[in-house]
Amino acid sequence: MAATTVASTTQSEMTERKASIWDGGNEPLKASYGKLMMWFFLLSDAFTFSALLITYGLIRFSHTAYSEAVHGPFKFAQEYWPIPERVFDAIPFFHDIHAPLVFVGIMTFVLIASSVTMVLAVEAGHRNDRHDVEKWMLWTILGGATFLGCQAWEWTHFITGTEAGTTIRTLENGNWVTKTLFGANLVANQYGPPAFADLFFFITGFHGTHVLSGVVLNILIFYNTAVGVYERRGHYEMVEKVGLYWHFVDLVWVFVFTFFYLV
Amino acid sequence: MAHHPQHHASTGGIAKPQTQAIWKTFWILLGITALEFIIAFTMKSGPLRVAIFVGMTLVKAFYIVAEFMHLKGEVKFLIWSILIPLVFVIWLLIALIVEGGAIDQVR
Repeated sequence: MAATTVASTTQSEMTERKASIWDGGNEPLKASYGKLMMWFFLLSDAFTFSALLITYGLIRFSHTAYSEAVHGPFKFAQEYWPIPERVFDAIPFFHDIHAPLVFVGIMTFVLIASSVTMVLAVEAGHRNDRHDVEKWMLWTILGGATFLGCQAWEWTHFITGTEAGTTIRTLENGNWVTKTLFGANLVANQYGPPAFADLFFFITGFHGTHVLSGVVLNILIFYNTAVGVYERRGHYEMVEKVGLYWHFVDLVWVFVFTFFYLV
Repeated sequence: MAHHPQHHASTGGIAKPQTQAIWKTFWILLGITALEFIIAFTMKSGPLRVAIFVGMTLVKAFYIVAEFMHLKGEVKFLIWSILIPLVFVIWLLIALIVEGGAIDQVR
């Protein structure tokens, strides 16, 4: 590229120089500015979420692990890290039924499904099919809102706690006192060490905030599609860019699901 | 861009949807998640189960990033500039898990 612009270069010099894609005047990454910046933002966001999940690993490994041989049958206690499936075993409208991980499974399904409707909206955008983009964006918004609703329920249940609570002995002002804890907050936790509840609030809360901003972005994209902004522009690349963000949120949940709920 | 928009003029109306690969990815993701549930309830927890879960999570992550986010269709240089920095995550993970075990020892 650059060689052709230098008029004084002799023929032999020109053949010796290899043209590089980094000489300028083209797009080496073949992606628009907006898409590149979204990718690099997502990379930085991946580091943030990694840090949170690795912190979970660090704090979990610095606590005693539950072992049936040492601690007897599992019950909530401050001495060891709880088994997640024993903590998250409730579903709405079915009181006192032990249904481990069922509700979080439903949430996972909702988020994966909304990721599919998002990619269908992107595909419709490639075909400049305004009607289909609108349809799939609406389904994606509905999926995101459903996920947030589920999370609100799960948080409420986690904060409220079980009916019986957990009785603990703790040192307060130099005296050993027995008291019953119900649910969890940032300082007290009936399910296990307080750090477990802290990490639950931070990690699922940070992810939920991402879902919330994703839903807001999706609504903006839907609005712009509906009033014909992208049709006039001639392309639906904004749907693609917000789609990248939405899939990333789904991707993070895949990791949160494994490391917080399954392992 | 991996796909070029087809304009109305060139195709004579809106093109037919090409969604086969999308739905295939969906069923793969759903299948792996279902399998994770089966393993969670049938297998005793231990290092092997953790390894299986991590492996399945990475497979799911691959499908989401490659298919849904179309990273597979981008230029090689872009793919590597996204993936290589994530090596630091692996380093931090190993470092802090080891550190966590050491904290448990002195507690």
